[in-house]
Amino acid sequence: MRYRFRILVPVLLLTAALLIAPVNLQGAAMARTSWDAKACGATGGTLVFAQADDAVSLDPNDIEDGFSVNIDSNMFDTLVRFRADGTQVEPSLAESWSVSADGKTWTFKLRAGVKFHDGTPFNAEAVKFTYDRQINNKHPYFPGAAPYASFSYQNVTKVDAVDAQTVRFNLSAPFAPFLTNMAMFSTAIVSPTAVKKYGKDFFKNPVGTGPFRFVEWVKKDHVTMAANQDYWAGRPCVDRLIARAIPDNTVRLLELENRSVHVIDQVNPPDYERIRKNKDLVLFTGPGLNTGYIALNVEKSPFNDVRIRRAVNYAVNKAALIRAFYAGVGAPAKNPIPPTIWSYNDAVPAYEYSVEKAKQLLAEAGYPNGFSTELWWPNRARPYLTQPPKIAEALQAQLAAAGIRARLVTFEWGTYLEKIRNAEHSMAIIGWIGDNGDPDNFLYVLLDKDNAEKGKANNYAFYKSEAVHSLLIKAQQVGEQSQRAALYRQAQVIIHNDAPWVPLVHAARVAAYRKAVQNYFPHPLEIRWLHRVWLAR
Amino acid sequence: MGRYLGRRLLELIPVFFGVLLVVFIITRLTPGDPAVVMLGEKATPEAVARLREVLGLNEPLPVQFLRYLGRTVQGDLGRSIQSNERVLVELIARFPATIELTFAAMLIASGVGILTGVIAAARQNSWFDGVSMITALFGFSMPIFWLGIMLILLFASYLGWFPISGRLDYTIDLARQTNLYFVDALLARNWAAAANVLRHLVLPAVTLSTVPLAIIARMTRSSLLEVLRQDYVRTARAKGLTEGGVIARHALRNAFIPVITVIGLNVGSLLGGAILTETIFAWPGIGRLVVDAIFARDYPLVQGAVLVIALLFVLVNLLVDLSYAYLDPRIRYG
Repeated sequence: MRYRFRILVPVLLLTAALLIAPVNLQGAAMARTSWDAKACGATGGTLVFAQADDAVSLDPNDIEDGFSVNIDSNMFDTLVRFRADGTQVEPSLAESWSVSADGKTWTFKLRAGVKFHDGTPFNAEAVKFTYDRQINNKHPYFPGAAPYASFSYQNVTKVDAVDAQTVRFNLSAPFAPFLTNMAMFSTAIVSPTAVKKYGKDFFKNPVGTGPFRFVEWVKKDHVTMAANQDYWAGRPCVDRLIARAIPDNTVRLLELENRSVHVIDQVNPPDYERIRKNKDLVLFTGPGLNTGYIALNVEKSPFNDVRIRRAVNYAVNKAALIRAFYAGVGAPAKNPIPPTIWSYNDAVPAYEYSVEKAKQLLAEAGYPNGFSTELWWPNRARPYLTQPPKIAEALQAQLAAAGIRARLVTFEWGTYLEKIRNAEHSMAIIGWIGDNGDPDNFLYVLLDKDNAEKGKANNYAFYKSEAVHSLLIKAQQVGEQSQRAALYRQAQVIIHNDAPWVPLVHAARVAAYRKAVQNYFPHPLEIRWLHRVWLAR
Repeated sequence: MGRYLGRRLLELIPVFFGVLLVVFIITRLTPGDPAVVMLGEKATPEAVARLREVLGLNEPLPVQFLRYLGRTVQGDLGRSIQSNERVLVELIARFPATIELTFAAMLIASGVGILTGVIAAARQNSWFDGVSMITALFGFSMPIFWLGIMLILLFASYLGWFPISGRLDYTIDLARQTNLYFVDALLARNWAAAANVLRHLVLPAVTLSTVPLAIIARMTRSSLLEVLRQDYVRTARAKGLTEGGVIARHALRNAFIPVITVIGLNVGSLLGGAILTETIFAWPGIGRLVVDAIFARDYPLVQGAVLVIALLFVLVNLLVDLSYAYLDPRIRYG
């Protein structure tokens, strides 16, 4: 319980302090979250950020793509939120919470006096409404698809509005990542009044409690947002926030250089130098929350032999890939989870690049002259896979050096996912971007036997280890983070030895912005929260 | 003429059904499940199953088609799987951007292309003829992507004459009625906005015009050269008309038929969306819409967009056919 108390105690103290000294409520000097530790250095102005695509929908309960998440996260709040500097959570719309001894009931005390942008009071009913509309596809206000609902509300059976300021989540079984899930964009609380008013058109008339309110959306062009002057954590620093969609990476950078845009994402690696040399621009690179890997289908010969899988691991030169295709700013991967996630096991030794060891293992496994196989690659650039065809070709050449002759095979993205889900591949390049910073979100989803059913799998290696399974299930059920971390560390050791993957790279998160942009920290979750950013005069 | 027009419009009905059926079948035959594509790497079995149910993808294909047909005939194109927006609203929002760009590009392509072609034909084998036709060959083979970036680098980024991307500065308020921004600006008598729209239009329109311009110039030249060799032109010359008079008064009109055909075909294909140009200039047109929709397996959106594009293509070609009668009195429709 120590973990929960670490959050709860300061919250209680803070609440007590506020009660005792109501004078302190006045003024923005009081930090309510890790985000507002610093007061705005300047207020006003228009901040423009550009990303490669526009939002698909402005309804946070109905999105799954990062572009929509970046925009919606500035207009909506969740019960708890990710800290400004990491993936731990802290109070947001909920001021405090507690969990029952059996781990199946979570009770949240809601912040009083918060209003949605349309004036509707925020309360427990709104939380329940947000849950109900997503989980029941017969609900009159079901948001079209609610693609993340079954993920973020995993194990939740019912939500009760106990009273206006108290809401209770009932779970079918204890589920440790639940609290982190309550910080995810998909659980952002929407205004029930607005949803009922706009019905199916809520997605273009979004109303939340967030730091910015919606002004205008010109599809595939821009979304305009204005500061919510009454934001419960203090108004955002800028008056207006504009999110532009500029698909071409070069053109987006030119707009940044041209001062028409302040912040951009997705920079072509060859342009890093150009940005570093420009004294008006800042290039941010930090560890990303992703893993690119090769899934080795353990059900197919010869990959059913662990020696072959280890041989493939030895045959890959990750450092060379990162130098050539990630402009040197990614980190070579040795575990399925990136080092930014707690419980990362740094004691696991990496399979070093060694053609000799690979050849030796192949010979031991009965393939002294190597073997022929296929290497599948997805024909779509992903954050963890910047230049798919080139990376695939490089891997092909590296494997060939060890005697593994791989033919390159590709399919269009949707088809690709379907085929690898059906276990049609031998080796497939794929990856994962973390949703909530919880190790369960990588290890259980990608490597547990529960997720290795053909046609439905996320475990593309079809790796079924009882030992790993029991560790991962236990880690879902124990509450304390240190205990969970120990279990995940053990799981990583077993996975390393069984080698169902070749972990390739944790691509860096990259952002470029103008020097005038102050107090901007690209979050490890790669979501652009911009309410505490100001523009230097 | 009236009967001809009526018949041509009636012919639209089978075209309409054909397009519906073909697009429906192609989208369904393409591997890749919209639910899987939407959820990407994140698809959990439950989420996929639920999404398929919500999207009505679990019904048999003939049932899905009949439902779709029934709704379409009533003017309801459905809602986009991805955004939940009505397909019609989506198309109404995006088509004007493409129409504006196509119109500007074809204005440049036709104006400059025809003028170049005429001068090149009139001065056959002169230096102008040689240079312009070689340039046209370059224009035709130039990768659009490269050209667009180069124009941006030179005229927008370096010289600063034009904006880099987009349709209108976000600092300018403009009531969007038709979504043809230039028209909207004129309707609002907002001259600053009109000027801003035009400045945004120049680079993408020039980029988009290069290929049709090259084709039109070469077509005008060769067509005019052929006409100029005909007997009646010799007669006109023999009557003592100047060369300019011969071309303007007698030859040009006859030479126009193939040129108009080429212009029509190009307008048709540009209305289908100029994906590369739209991508480089962040132009929110129909080309990007269709490509995004195809990749997302957004069936209703693909079907709706292709239907509208096909109908427009047919209409443009009908206009071309009608213009033949105007250009050549020997052609009569009845």
